[in-house]
Amino acid sequence: MRENWWKYLLGVWMAVIIVAAFLFTPTAKGLGQTTRVLYFHVPSAWVTTLAFFISAVFSVLYLMRHQLHYDIRAEAAAQIGLIFAILTTVTGSIWAKEIWHSYWNWDPRETSIFMLLLIYAAYFALRSAIEDPEQRARLAAVYSLLAFATVPFLVFVIPRIYDSLHPDPLINPDRKIHMDVRMLRVFLGSFGAFTVLFYWLFTLRVKVLSLEQHVLRKLEE
Amino acid sequence: MWTLLRNSILIFRKDFRLEFRSRFALNAIGLFAVISLSAISFSIGALRVKPPILSALLWVVIFFSAMSGLAHIFVREEEQQTADTLRLLTQPVTVFLGKWLFNVILLLALEIVIVPLFVIFLDVSGINWGTFIPVIILGSVALSTISTIIAAIIAQTSNRGALFAVLTFPLAVPVLRSAIQGSWTALEGGGLTACISDLQILFSFSVVIFTASILLFDFIWRR
Amino acid sequence: MTPTVTRITADGIYKQFHVRRVLKGISFTVEKGQSVVITGPNGSGKSTLIKILSGLLRPSKGTVQYFNGNTPRQPTELLPAIGLVSPYLQLYPDLTAKEHLEFFGKMQGISQPFQKGLQLMTQFGLKGREADFMKTYSSGMLQRMKYVLALLHQPAVLFVDEPSANLDEEGKETVYALIREYKHDHIVILATNEPQEIQLGDIRVDVTAQ
Repeated sequence: MRENWWKYLLGVWMAVIIVAAFLFTPTAKGLGQTTRVLYFHVPSAWVTTLAFFISAVFSVLYLMRHQLHYDIRAEAAAQIGLIFAILTTVTGSIWAKEIWHSYWNWDPRETSIFMLLLIYAAYFALRSAIEDPEQRARLAAVYSLLAFATVPFLVFVIPRIYDSLHPDPLINPDRKIHMDVRMLRVFLGSFGAFTVLFYWLFTLRVKVLSLEQHVLRKLEE
Repeated sequence: MWTLLRNSILIFRKDFRLEFRSRFALNAIGLFAVISLSAISFSIGALRVKPPILSALLWVVIFFSAMSGLAHIFVREEEQQTADTLRLLTQPVTVFLGKWLFNVILLLALEIVIVPLFVIFLDVSGINWGTFIPVIILGSVALSTISTIIAAIIAQTSNRGALFAVLTFPLAVPVLRSAIQGSWTALEGGGLTACISDLQILFSFSVVIFTASILLFDFIWRR
Repeated sequence: MTPTVTRITADGIYKQFHVRRVLKGISFTVEKGQSVVITGPNGSGKSTLIKILSGLLRPSKGTVQYFNGNTPRQPTELLPAIGLVSPYLQLYPDLTAKEHLEFFGKMQGISQPFQKGLQLMTQFGLKGREADFMKTYSSGMLQRMKYVLALLHQPAVLFVDEPSANLDEEGKETVYALIREYKHDHIVILATNEPQEIQLGDIRVDVTAQ
């Protein structure tokens, strides 16, 4: 109980965010009730990016130190990243159906999240094709870093394909925050909640993966 | 430094000799390209296809031809169990350089065959060659750079064939996108200045991935 | 030409494949002028240990250090000091013996590799087959050719995994004589279970030992 206080706090916090997102905040101009998905869609996208970055960091650490617990962390971050990438895609797609009248139309944001999904899929396909844990860790880490090196190009290239209709709610061309104070509060609160949620999921996943490896080793002996 | 370059060239020459004797990769990549081009030409028939589609078709053919042949240079070393022999013989970076050079030249040689066939089969006219050739060359260098490092990875896995395209495609998207855009401009007769940003992306992509590959290749090659 | 190695120490080498532990803490020291023989039943990790010692494989735990006097170095920095003959180190089927000698020799910066290789080929009874492709060689001839290539740069450390694999009586005699002679001035590390070959080693390392 004592060391778990933050998990209870997170539960309450999340509940408050959900209620506030639906009842407390006003809607944005032109978006109507669909504004409310923003409080869940954008933090999901943030967690996806964060997970991708953390996975790359642990990949570097693995290549430097060759200790399998770094690989477990890289894998765990990627798994959670994949889930949040799917959540981002689904919430975004539902929103797009309402506003753009189609679930999918290769908007730059849709294209970039799709590429990220492909990279994650390739990463896990690679992992499943190698049996030896050390070799798997090594090659997966290299692939994840190569992917990391190509992401800036995706960011640069994709927006040139089509003009984006995607709203940019936080920072606009005049570099000021155009957002109702109530909206901003809930929005930032949700960011915080999602980040803590990611941390919690991450530690859980690392524990499970470590235990799996431990059990496999014990079974063998 | 001099030794590194000399050894890279030696590896390149050795691979060149081996590939010409077995002709496996050469046949695979060449026939694949010719067959897919004929298939496209056959299915399009007498339709006059517009430059954006032509350009996309050309790069789809180049991409899949690359996927059919560029992994062989690493896969062969693993299959014939000569990889360890090579590991003991020289520094990892020379292996990457030699094989990278081979793949770049192989893909460029392939285009010497593909591009004329493409022009003939699909009845292309009005190309600005001064734009088209640089786009093709830079696009191929970028594509073979990313393919070479992925080939080194998949050579050490089971299920090599299927994985190569799966792993390469997401990372090659910026290359394909810029190359398609660039050759589209060239097919419409546009000049170099019209696609300078595409060439810049292709060039900087090659430099970034080449550098990353040199840094990461040690970790792939040494078990 | 080849860097000098006066001592090799292996300290607590562990190796694990998937969930299987192959090597459980192998330690030994060998000095120049000595030979090591690695023994153990099939599949117990003899080849794995050779790969780790020669820098082809990274141990899960433990270190291998090469010393020249008291200066330590990693095996990966010492590629030119290592020669290895083993069943998993293959030659290129589509290159000739001469092409092998030239490729290996030039990579290692040896002058006139073909002349030097020819001497070794004569010693191993391969004279007259220089222009033949490796795919036309019999398994015994291939094993002899592996010795020729491993010895081309006169490595300070010679590893031999299964010294007499595929060799006839005459070939075995050549190899035993060579190993006896070579260890005087170098370090020789063998992996074998043949009683005759175990006697070639001054130090015995049992991979199944804890």
